[in-house]
Amino acid sequence: MNASNSPPTLAPPVAPGPLEWLRKNLFSNWFNAVLTLASLVFLYFTLVTILRWALFSADWQPVTYSPLLFLVGQYPRAQLWRPGLSLLIGTFLIGMSWGLWERYIKPFAIFFAILLTILAIFPLKTPTITLSIRAVFLASPVLIILGYRIGRLPAVKGKYVITMWLLAAIFITLVLLPGLGNIPALPKIATTSWGGLLITLLLAVGGITLSFPIGVLLALGRRSSLTVVKLFSIFFIETIRGVPLVTVLFMFSIILALFLPAGSRIDRIVRALLAMVFFSSAYTAENVRGGLQAVPPGQAEAAKALGLSNFQITTFIVLPQALRLVIPTIVGQFISLFKDTTLVVIVGINDLLGISNAVLNLKPQFVHLQMEVYLFVAVIFWIFSYFMSYTSRELEKSLGIGKR
Amino acid sequence: MRKILILIVSLLVISLVAVACASQAPSPEKVVETVVVTVEVPAEQAPVQPQGYGTIANRVRERGKVVCGVHTELLGFGYLDENGRNIGFDVDLCRAVAAAMFGDPEAVELVPITAADRGPVLQTGEVDMVSRNMTWTSKRDAEWGNFTWITFYDGQGFLVHSDSGIKTLQDMDGASICVTTGTTTEKNLATTFADAGLSYEAVTFEETSAVYGAYEEGRCDVATSDKSQLAAVSAGFANPKDHVILDITISKEPLTPAVPSGDDQWFDIVKSVMWGLINAEEYGVTSSNIEEMKSSDNANIRTMLGEEGDWGYSVLGLEPDSLAKAVAAVGNYGELYNHYFGPNGIAFTLPRGLNSLWSEGGMIYAPPIK
Amino acid sequence: MTILSNTQASEKIPLWRDERILRIVAQIVSAVVVLAFLFWGVTNFLRITQQRGMPLTYNFLREPAGFPISEGFLTYDPTMSFGRAFLVGLINTLVVSGSGIVLASILGLIIGLARLSSNWLLSRIALAYIEFHRNIPLLVLMFLWYFGVFAKLPSVKESIAMPGPSYLSQRGLYITFPRLTETGSIFLIFSGIGVILAFAAFYILRHIRENTGRETHFGLTSLGLFLLLTIAGWFLSGGEPFWMDKPSMQGFNFQGGFRLSPEFTALLVSLTMYTAAFIAEVVRSGIQAVHRGQVEAARALGLRSPQVMSLIVLPQALRVIIPPLISQYLNLTKNSSLALTIGFQELFAISKITINQAGRAVPVFLMVMLTYLAISLLTSLVLNVYNRKVQFVER
Repeated sequence: MNASNSPPTLAPPVAPGPLEWLRKNLFSNWFNAVLTLASLVFLYFTLVTILRWALFSADWQPVTYSPLLFLVGQYPRAQLWRPGLSLLIGTFLIGMSWGLWERYIKPFAIFFAILLTILAIFPLKTPTITLSIRAVFLASPVLIILGYRIGRLPAVKGKYVITMWLLAAIFITLVLLPGLGNIPALPKIATTSWGGLLITLLLAVGGITLSFPIGVLLALGRRSSLTVVKLFSIFFIETIRGVPLVTVLFMFSIILALFLPAGSRIDRIVRALLAMVFFSSAYTAENVRGGLQAVPPGQAEAAKALGLSNFQITTFIVLPQALRLVIPTIVGQFISLFKDTTLVVIVGINDLLGISNAVLNLKPQFVHLQMEVYLFVAVIFWIFSYFMSYTSRELEKSLGIGKR
Repeated sequence: MRKILILIVSLLVISLVAVACASQAPSPEKVVETVVVTVEVPAEQAPVQPQGYGTIANRVRERGKVVCGVHTELLGFGYLDENGRNIGFDVDLCRAVAAAMFGDPEAVELVPITAADRGPVLQTGEVDMVSRNMTWTSKRDAEWGNFTWITFYDGQGFLVHSDSGIKTLQDMDGASICVTTGTTTEKNLATTFADAGLSYEAVTFEETSAVYGAYEEGRCDVATSDKSQLAAVSAGFANPKDHVILDITISKEPLTPAVPSGDDQWFDIVKSVMWGLINAEEYGVTSSNIEEMKSSDNANIRTMLGEEGDWGYSVLGLEPDSLAKAVAAVGNYGELYNHYFGPNGIAFTLPRGLNSLWSEGGMIYAPPIK
Repeated sequence: MTILSNTQASEKIPLWRDERILRIVAQIVSAVVVLAFLFWGVTNFLRITQQRGMPLTYNFLREPAGFPISEGFLTYDPTMSFGRAFLVGLINTLVVSGSGIVLASILGLIIGLARLSSNWLLSRIALAYIEFHRNIPLLVLMFLWYFGVFAKLPSVKESIAMPGPSYLSQRGLYITFPRLTETGSIFLIFSGIGVILAFAAFYILRHIRENTGRETHFGLTSLGLFLLLTIAGWFLSGGEPFWMDKPSMQGFNFQGGFRLSPEFTALLVSLTMYTAAFIAEVVRSGIQAVHRGQVEAARALGLRSPQVMSLIVLPQALRVIIPPLISQYLNLTKNSSLALTIGFQELFAISKITINQAGRAVPVFLMVMLTYLAISLLTSLVLNVYNRKVQFVER
């Protein structure tokens, strides 16, 4: 950095040797040296303790006994082709996205392909992983690469892929997984028998797609010149932001049911989803409001001078600029929504964390193996959230938001 | 920029739909209407039936499925197998009802519910029955719904580490005790210890696995719960011999499936199925010999299996062989018990004790099917 | 310009396109909709509570609760009322979130600074810490800490004895702790008055000195005042204001001493470590927002690194840091409601039990929501006042 600014008379910088690098970055003075040594000791002990436990004393049986439980929960095993097909559609679209937006998706796509390949060939001694399941896992990386090739074609545009994602999400969540009553090939499967990662992803994706537009509306409402709309938005946003998510979940899962007519049922998953959407939209609204405030008022005034209507100004001038500014914060909000899906455990839904409680009670021998099971769950969450935040950072860089 | 615009517009459309759906959900008018319209008396019932008779049963028939609130995390009673199938003693009771109604034990929708959900789902009628390790108490009966027939006699006991030297209640003075929250267990514990003038440290968790995990690690000296549960869990510990279930029972825990109140027909249907399972064991009718038994010399057996006479099925709107189908699907009471808790039970082994038939010195007794 | 506006004014704008009228109509319509919605909601709510036998009364708060609470900072036993239990829960929430906020701020600042350290290894460790905690759910982190670490400590019989004496085991950390004797309150009152007088003297005398230049020995005088009163209190309390409360093994558990239970500690640790990762990022971006020229100028003036950080960079960074910090504090408070999963009973856990035991879902639920709302609003109010002060002073 400094070198490029230095006068041209200086010799070009030579890449520092390893020793030089060590001296400069780790042992520049006695204080730094002490810090480095302390860090090394800390690292050594942490890693040794964790590795020794994970490789020698941990009992991974609950995780390896029935991995499918973590993935799809109680989903009927005779109908497994449906989540399987969803996975294949998903991987194909991931592949296409990789081809299109290489910079953001590439690490995730490659990681995912490798992970699925490992899953396909991993020698697990369990009858629950059948040959056809392994075949699906093995087909996924192939589809990722196929999708990548297609995504690279110049004819493929971003809007097509986004539309495909939306259509696929609607098809999978409303048709493929729940089934249609009148088609014998797709018998209805109640959401009460969905579970595991399936539920977690459903809640996360559903919550993200639904809460975003509501959040935008609320943010606009909060800046509206209509006093009533404004007050209502403020009331909604501040109330929701003032209470913990568990209370909102609790409200939707138990209190709401008490006020419905006898015998009527709103699906439990839908209730949890509504709670997530409510909760998340209040936070999204505040993030979007930050972006709206950052758009210079001159923009709106200029648009008005051009004769655009208020609606047009908001949709075509102000919002696009505001949203561009807040993309990283919104992705951050989505990550926390994704992690917050674990709270549905408290209202009795078997998401990834809930199903791990069921796994602990699968056999008497498993009851005390919490550490192994929860760590496994933590790793899954970590992978998904990490790639989301990676994407957000790349977006931030390419939009140049951090460098104003 | 175009991309973002398209995205925004499509999301806005979705949002409008979502808002519409969200506001439809707790619709006001619906509440008013349905509460008023629940008066529906099926015409074909000859006897004058009270208001609400048959409402739930008809709903179940229309749906073609019994919606049943169950546990998914309690070994033996309601849990999952490695294929994600809901199994367990309580769950099979739901299947028995489904088999009696529709001849198909799989005509059930099993809703996982938490301990805190049990009251609300009964009060609101969100489920048709709850079979989830639920103790029958007068207060719950008054507030929640109708409790059908006791299917498992349990009592609260104590699990201790063998080397702790605890033998009696008095020995537990000052001990740390692991207990599940939100259950009758927690309250029984408080009352018993207060009455005996003993002190203790309560360590409370939501999840049963957390309770026993903490106990086994040594966080608590004692774990308390229903004795069946203690037996189940201690069998799975790394060293089962290091743990003892004390011979103390501090409460009565009659575990009973319940239905929402308001429909006596549905209440009777579920009760009859429970009675059918118990009577089948008394008469030695099992899922394997049921076809032979249909031509048994015993008229009571023939009646129960629907070969002759009306045991009440016509009023309940059931088939003559409904009980036979229930027994064929899940087995008689004894078979069901042994499947999960017998000497070779798939969950754990628990001597039948109070849950033996009345004729064998136990408490399992049902009105005759005739 | 004037011509234009004249022609416009002369044309009669139809009612449905007159912005002022549209505005008023929209206001009225939205007001009617909102009011109708509220009216419907409230009446429906009241009617159904009547119909379903769920009266909206709070009489049950006086009934005995009947359930035990594992620990609390108020005395409680199961014969006390539901209201008392609720209060115990509220205090537990406040204590755990209060201490969590303090600890998370300290840890977050340290990690944020470590992240910016010129030491490559330290900066990488801080990054790993942040990435680990930001990408796993708090609930999972809590399980890991409680079952993975605190439950695996040695059993109570094999407690690790530490100087004090204090003991560490699965049952928690027991520390020898000074407690007041019967006469101890005299000592406490005297030294309290001493502190107040000393501060008063310090400020008044310093003020005099600053204004008149007269030597007032404000430091010595105030120290003397404090010592004088403390010593007087010591003697008046008979020379023994405190006694050492030492933990000792009795029966199954240690008795006496100050105890940190594993549930409380696990909750505090996981809340602290989780929130610290977010605070570290807030601190980092705050510090990076301070113009480099400031640092360089300070260096040029001969300030050393710690001085640059504490005198120049941090005060300026605070302006950027405080608003996001407030929301982190609020998050921590709200996240403490997950404690029920690891056996610590705070507001939400106790309310959930109350709903189970008293069967009053709606009133209890309203109480919980309003309590959390009050905590959040009060916290943000106080912090926003502070924020305004910081922003003002800096400008």
